Amino acid sequence: MFRNQYDTDVTTWSPAGRLFQVEYAMEAVKQGSAAIGLRSKSHVVLACVNKANSELSSHQKKIFKVDDHVGVAIAGLTADGRVLSRYMRNECINYFYTYESQLPVGRLVVQLADKAQVCTQRSWKRPYGVGLLVGGLDESGAHLYYNCPSGNYFEYQAFAIGSRSQAAKTYLERKFVSFMASSRENLIKDALFALRETLQGEKLTSSACTIAVVGVGEAFHILDQETVQALINEFEIAGEEAAAPDQAGVDEPSAADDQAAPVDQSAAPMDM
Amino acid sequence: MLLGILGMNSLDCTPATNSLIRSEADSQRTLYPYVTGTSVVGIKYKDGILLAADMGGSYGSTLRYKSVERLKPVGKHSLIGASGEISDFQEIMRYLDDLILSDNMWDDGNSLGPKEVHNYLTRVMYNRRNKFNPLWNSLVLGGVKNGQKYLGTVNMIGVHYEDNHVATGFGNHLALPLLRDEWHENLTFEEGVILLEKCMRVLLYRDRSAVNKLQVLFSLCGIHTSRLLGNCCTV
Repeated sequence: MFRNQYDTDVTTWSPAGRLFQVEYAMEAVKQGSAAIGLRSKSHVVLACVNKANSELSSHQKKIFKVDDHVGVAIAGLTADGRVLSRYMRNECINYFYTYESQLPVGRLVVQLADKAQVCTQRSWKRPYGVGLLVGGLDESGAHLYYNCPSGNYFEYQAFAIGSRSQAAKTYLERKFVSFMASSRENLIKDALFALRETLQGEKLTSSACTIAVVGVGEAFHILDQETVQALINEFEIAGEEAAAPDQAGVDEPSAADDQAAPVDQSAAPMDM
Repeated sequence: MLLGILGMNSLDCTPATNSLIRSEADSQRTLYPYVTGTSVVGIKYKDGILLAADMGGSYGSTLRYKSVERLKPVGKHSLIGASGEISDFQEIMRYLDDLILSDNMWDDGNSLGPKEVHNYLTRVMYNRRNKFNPLWNSLVLGGVKNGQKYLGTVNMIGVHYEDNHVATGFGNHLALPLLRDEWHENLTFEEGVILLEKCMRVLLYRDRSAVNKLQVLFSLCGIHTSRLLGNCCTV
């Protein structure tokens, strides 16, 4: 994407009918580190890569609990993500105060999308530079939504956002048909595999990733590090064997696994 | 019930409280009720909820209006019954109509059930009470959603609770004792109606503001609310 004379203001259309500022905001999402979501009939799993800037610093928080029945994983400008999470938490709490029942996820994401749309139509604002994977439960089951800086939202069976998310999406596209009927454990396993795809050959360790689960009878919570490491160990052993037959049967080159050189994280400090 | 209301008029109006409760603008807040409905009685039965109330609107001690519907369906799942000031009930129905409309406009398969409506009303009633401008009603809210029966009540000061049988006004004193003795989990529809009829008969005997024309609504598991109008003769 190159600079042009229509990209300074979010309120300026290009002759081709595009709002460049909004598209640039979506670029910011692509620069963030990967976040993945998948859902079955009764559970939603959110997973993300959590690289710290340096060994000295702590990891960036990318998964937020919004309420017992909803959580969100972000990619892009984490500050924007934090502010939107606070908004979502507020909406959920206020709804519960008035109605003593949980805000349906479908309504929460619409409110979020409408909030994002406002920023695409005011000359004194800028779009939020963060993509949100919202996973939650309501009366009609488990749902996964993706909220875009443009103010669009979509429901997904499984999705990945952020850098190198295409590798994860490819993996998910292969397996998604089985997700609806998947057990909780298999869903988490698939999330870990998809996460591994984004690491391009680097070893998946629990210190570099975060997994969160919400399901029927299970409030949204982030799995602690030991649990995640135990799952990784369990799956890694099976994973290496499973990876071979997987690749044999598909023409899609999982060349990512073959590359020796890990790609450098030259992300801007504000992006994660 | 009227005696209780008159008792509340002896508010001490010191200058301090004046400014707090805006006495110079008293015409803009409810001081006393004018056209009132008397008791509402509600019970859970095997398949859902039954509500009963008479159709009288009293103007002080005069039984002025005799075809007032004090029971109404709300949305897909709930029923509401009101005693107290009828105009405030009409205002509440406007709030609820707006609420249900907004809920339907989402068009997303989710809908507000009786629990949500009850809680919403509790917030409204309590907030009005805190502003010293109450909606002068005692409400019964019942319904069925996803097979779950719900029956609750909330009054003008915001006191709210749920139970298997609830009543307002004189119904608390005359109907509840009967219900406590004779209510059980597995009442059939017919048994429920007979039980409510018994309560309403006692109320007709003993409550001066009761009239002899009844309204009964029921809410079934899994089915839209329906209603039947009953006319009972003086005994």
